[in-house]
Amino acid sequence: MGDYIVLIISCIFVNNILLAQFLGNCPFFGTSKKMETAMGMSMAVVFVLVMAGMITWMTEAYILKPYNLEYLRTISFILVIASLVQFVEMFLRKSIPGLYAGLGIFLPLITTNCAVMGVCLINIKEEYSFMQALVASFAYAVGFGLALVLFAGVREKILIARVPKPLQDTSIALVTAGILSLTFFAFKGMV
Amino acid sequence: MAKSIASEFTKGLWNEIPPFRLVLGLCPVLGVTTTMQNGVGMGLATTFVLICSNILVSALRNLIPGKVRIACFIIIIATFVTVVELAMQAYAYQLFQQLGMFIPLIVVNCIVLGRAEAFAFKNNVMLSAADGLGMGIGFTLSLGALGGVREIIGTGTFYGASLFGPSFQPFTFMVQAPGAFVCLGLMLCIMNMFGSK
Repeated sequence: MGDYIVLIISCIFVNNILLAQFLGNCPFFGTSKKMETAMGMSMAVVFVLVMAGMITWMTEAYILKPYNLEYLRTISFILVIASLVQFVEMFLRKSIPGLYAGLGIFLPLITTNCAVMGVCLINIKEEYSFMQALVASFAYAVGFGLALVLFAGVREKILIARVPKPLQDTSIALVTAGILSLTFFAFKGMV
Repeated sequence: MAKSIASEFTKGLWNEIPPFRLVLGLCPVLGVTTTMQNGVGMGLATTFVLICSNILVSALRNLIPGKVRIACFIIIIATFVTVVELAMQAYAYQLFQQLGMFIPLIVVNCIVLGRAEAFAFKNNVMLSAADGLGMGIGFTLSLGALGGVREIIGTGTFYGASLFGPSFQPFTFMVQAPGAFVCLGLMLCIMNMFGSK
């Protein structure tokens, strides 16, 4: 049990997927202008990442490994993730329209979110067991959501501030992300 | 509006240079640019994928049904990424290990998919190849520049060679995670100061 708690803390804070591993930065800057979109994106990522983590782990363990097809990992993982996203989208539209309305526009974007693909690859690289992969996927996704929501909050404040012209928009956002990343740096010694 | 091959090529070098003008594909930009060598290596790998996928998408654009085009693009891109991955394992193993996960992640690099969707799907093969080459070289230049700045300030070396002698105290902040964001942000700011149209 203790191992899992350490794993969760290390995935959420110490190795935060956005600020320490630099994965999933496109949606990080793209959807963080408003709190609403940031929340939507975070929810969608948690949802998809946990499922993708499980399914890609099974693909690796039951299909690629036994037949020595590891060199097809990249292409098979992206196919699994893309079809999973499509499937989840269709399923939500039919059965849970409320959730679909909330997550809808963010779901297609997730296919090209490197955080999802990245976590699946990390799970394989670290040779996690199924439970560990499941817990790590969830914790990484929570870390993603946490960083995204925090950042969206800061960016909403920047909108009212007076920023020098060349620094406006993306530039100031990057510098702010750097400072946010610095605060996450403080967790380095924890695990 | 006539599009010439030359203008498609040069727009990737300044007017729409990724990732500064088009803020796409930031993950490898921030992740691998701790040294100039890594940056250039990553840039070249991405350039290869970009050119090949642009050519193939453009050649097949009349055959690919519009509704499943994204899935088709992804398969095409993933194929070329696998080619790069295997080639690098065979011929540049050290670089491959340093870039690590970021090579398979070219698949989900928004620039590659973005160019396939926004450009190659609508234009002929020659123009698409020029676009891919221009964007690729622009991307390599940006990665090289960012890697160079971070390497010089962060470790006091340039392309592996020591610059300032033993008395130099490296500013390690620059090669760590937060430095990547701040450095890219400030470079973007400098580009905005000079390049505002």
